[in-house]
Amino acid sequence: MNSTNQKNYHASHKPVIWSLFAAGGTVTALLLPALIMLMALAVPLGLMSADLFSYARIQDLLSNPLVKLAVFGIIFLSLWHAAHRMRCTMHDFGVRADGVVAILFYGVASVMSLILAVALFF
Amino acid sequence: MSNPAKARIVQLEIMRYNPDLDQQPHFQSYDVPCQEEWVLLDAINYIKDELDRSLSYRWSCHMAVCGSCGLMVNGVPMLSCHAFIRDMPDLIKVEPMENFPIIRDLVVEMDGFIEKLAAVKPYIHPKEERNIEDGCHNQSPEQLLDFQSLTQCINCMLCYSACPQVALDHDFIGPAAMALAHRYNLDSRDQGRAVRKDVIASNQAIWECTFVGACSEVCPKHVDPAAAIQQAKIAATGDYFKSFLMPWIKKASKDNEGEQP
Amino acid sequence: MKQYNGHFIRPADKYAWYLKKPRYIPYMLRELSSLFVGLFSCILVWGLYQHSQGEVAFNAWTQLIWNQLFWLNLLIFVFAFYHSYSWFMVTPKAMPIKFKGKRVSGVTIIGAHMLLWLIASVVVFTLFVIGA
Repeated sequence: MNSTNQKNYHASHKPVIWSLFAAGGTVTALLLPALIMLMALAVPLGLMSADLFSYARIQDLLSNPLVKLAVFGIIFLSLWHAAHRMRCTMHDFGVRADGVVAILFYGVASVMSLILAVALFF
Repeated sequence: MSNPAKARIVQLEIMRYNPDLDQQPHFQSYDVPCQEEWVLLDAINYIKDELDRSLSYRWSCHMAVCGSCGLMVNGVPMLSCHAFIRDMPDLIKVEPMENFPIIRDLVVEMDGFIEKLAAVKPYIHPKEERNIEDGCHNQSPEQLLDFQSLTQCINCMLCYSACPQVALDHDFIGPAAMALAHRYNLDSRDQGRAVRKDVIASNQAIWECTFVGACSEVCPKHVDPAAAIQQAKIAATGDYFKSFLMPWIKKASKDNEGEQP
Repeated sequence: MKQYNGHFIRPADKYAWYLKKPRYIPYMLRELSSLFVGLFSCILVWGLYQHSQGEVAFNAWTQLIWNQLFWLNLLIFVFAFYHSYSWFMVTPKAMPIKFKGKRVSGVTIIGAHMLLWLIASVVVFTLFVIGA
């Protein structure tokens, strides 16, 4: 009989990605609906003026380093939350090649994070 | 006494499988006159007594404390002694618990489950060895409250039948095993968290759970294994970062190396 | 015939199990909400990149998301809302809090988070409108 005590269990490195997932999930849960409403829906729905979203005004807002950091933090966590959850969902859909899926989704998240950093800080 | 005139005829479609005779499981139908107060187990006992002696199934206490009589009832994992006929339609599909191999008819093999329970070392690892003269552990009601609901598990395995991750990977250690481990990790008398860590924080344990939550929904004793697993994830994450960022913290594992009898 | 230790194993549906029982549909929708969360994050990254490329590029981006992508963004908003809602509904499970020796009820914890959600949303709008 196959004894579980002979199974090779060892503590995983998952906490690294899971903490990003959990933090990202909380941040997006609190802030994303408002952000979507603000950035993407308020103007077309006539709730806010397009002037508030002019290049110059956004430039002004982003000139504050705290704002830049907050924006980076929120989007960074959001990207990694989505990447990890989508990886797990692929498993639920029956996709067995977990390694490939992980590289794909975390890869996209990495590239996006890089572009984000460049756009904000350089 | 039961009133035969008030009986409702319920059709039970039961999955049958005889390993000596059958290549595949198949369904067999029985018409059972059910009294209003009956549970599914009563109907199945009626079949065994009056209609078909060959039907095999597990049961014992008939009051949802022994955990023996788990079945799939119209696709939902339930205890047959806890499934009231009056809440069910006239046609009831009865199958053995999902995600387990079938030994015969409604009897499933539980060896894998038992191994998973044993793997989490479900016994008190005390802070230090105690003698009889030291007396008993003391525990306040608040300390008991921390883990009391987790002690209610009757090992009925309904949570394993409900969990889609168990279906996708039979090596997944599963809800009951992790709830049991968490029960001990939360017990103020226990210091065995480090000893359980390798099993609990492995990829076959908490990290395979995606918090579907079906386990807690089917649990007849309201153990809430889903909650236990999420708390375990947070605890394991804390442990992980502590071990990297604060290696100078004396690890409990150093004191608890080796098995406790 | 699939067997384990000589006992019969019923084949499990690897690909469409979530369609077989109503209980699993909300779960899959919840998980899929992350796709839309990720999508919007990418849209924001793109927008910030366009901003770094100058006024013309940035205005093109705003015009795109406000016009051609409006319905997509509405869909994203619905899923983001569902993500928030489902996330807060499960927080009591992950954080069993005790106050004066008694467990704080799940309703209280959820309510507190929903309130926080509302406040955070108002703060986001306020900060944006008030400006740097």
